[in-house]
Amino acid sequence: MRPEISFHIENLRKSYPGFSLRIDKLSLYEGEIFCLLGPSGAGKTTLLRLLNFLEEPEEGKVFYRGQKFIPGNYQPSLDIMREITTVFQRPALLKDNVWNNIVYPLKIRNAPIDKERILELVKELGIDNLLKQKSRTLSGGEAQRVALARALVFKPKVILLDEPTANLDPQNIKIIESMVTKYSSEWNPTVVWITHNHFQAKRVGHRICLMEDGDILEVNKNEIFFNQPEHPKTKAFLSGEMFY
Amino acid sequence: MEEGIRESLRLLLEFDPYVYNIIGVSLRVAGLALLFSTLIGIPLGTILGLNNFRGKPVVTALLYTGMGFPPVVVGLFVFIIFSSVGPMGHLGWLYNVEAIITAQTIIAFPLIAGFTMAAVMQVDRNLLSQLMALGATKFQAAWAAIKEARVGVLVAIIAGFGGVISEVGAVMLVGGNIEGKTRVLTTAIVLETRKGNFGVAIAFGIILLAIAFLANLSMIYLQKKHLFEDNG
Repeated sequence: MRPEISFHIENLRKSYPGFSLRIDKLSLYEGEIFCLLGPSGAGKTTLLRLLNFLEEPEEGKVFYRGQKFIPGNYQPSLDIMREITTVFQRPALLKDNVWNNIVYPLKIRNAPIDKERILELVKELGIDNLLKQKSRTLSGGEAQRVALARALVFKPKVILLDEPTANLDPQNIKIIESMVTKYSSEWNPTVVWITHNHFQAKRVGHRICLMEDGDILEVNKNEIFFNQPEHPKTKAFLSGEMFY
Repeated sequence: MEEGIRESLRLLLEFDPYVYNIIGVSLRVAGLALLFSTLIGIPLGTILGLNNFRGKPVVTALLYTGMGFPPVVVGLFVFIIFSSVGPMGHLGWLYNVEAIITAQTIIAFPLIAGFTMAAVMQVDRNLLSQLMALGATKFQAAWAAIKEARVGVLVAIIAGFGGVISEVGAVMLVGGNIEGKTRVLTTAIVLETRKGNFGVAIAFGIILLAIAFLANLSMIYLQKKHLFEDNG
């Protein structure tokens, strides 16, 4: 059975001084981990912010579960906003303890706090011993795991990860990768994962996308992207050349 | 000074109705003015601190002007508004506590809004984006920003309280210093000094300082944990 499309993008344009994002067509599916690769300034984070409706494009259409969003009408309902979340590269936590940070999304939704499930989640992330600790006392890796727990606790349908492991050690990277892949197979969300590490993309991604200067150069299934890349710049990128 | 302390203790311990009435009016007026100025100042400061819009520099400049506005000019403005020929003269608030509360609210809310704005602007913008990305409404994100900036917001309220409790010019002008009705500690100090009752005036001064100290101490105690342990 073909997976459902969660996002469909057509002729999307977003500009800043000296930069322009141009995506003619792109679909994202439920249950997939879609990895975005590319140099800094390629437009990866801009695309993520557009998908989280934190910014508005200048042109184009974005369909989310069939509902159309266009410039001037790019504000989805609160219910839709609450299906999508982002984990940023630098974890931004409240000046509170770890537990209160994790349950924050549930509190703002007036959703029940399932202690058992949360304890299971934090245990898997290895932060079950930190629940009473203030966020400012956490290491970078711990803070990022708390940020991930906070993002997964309300079972979002779309998870946008903006280089969540960029500054972490291999052990933390492993925990985060395995948690996201496990959540992905259990709950079937759309995961968009920005990474600079193509080995990571190879490990976790179902489809891989290479971007440069606001354009998508290639989108392909993992095996094809890494074994038979179609775009010459993908080949160059994978062989370690500085193609940009 | 010694005489003042003795006199203040005597007035308090003898439960002098004149003194207790003045303390009561002072607390009621200052409490309500602080409440109203907080209800206006914190949301206004938060909106200004979190949002960018055309005209923000002008609004901010107006607010800063309000923070340094001579209270007696506010008193004059309120006097004209509530005078019998003024636009709100029909309310009959002049020479009543309502006029004093209005004047003190106008004096204090720019202080609270200004300090709140400065405090909220220090909150990490990434955190606000993150909260929105977690599904917070704008109101919920703003409330979180206030909580994150709670030490600064507390300072804002304390500054507002200082502005309210120490005010004399506007209170005298719009309240009229009527015994048993609009006489507060500051205006009583002025009156007793003019009458040459320095002991009583000093006693009122000490009571005023004690009230201000206790009020600030209570506010600090309420936020003790965050002020002294959580500001890292």
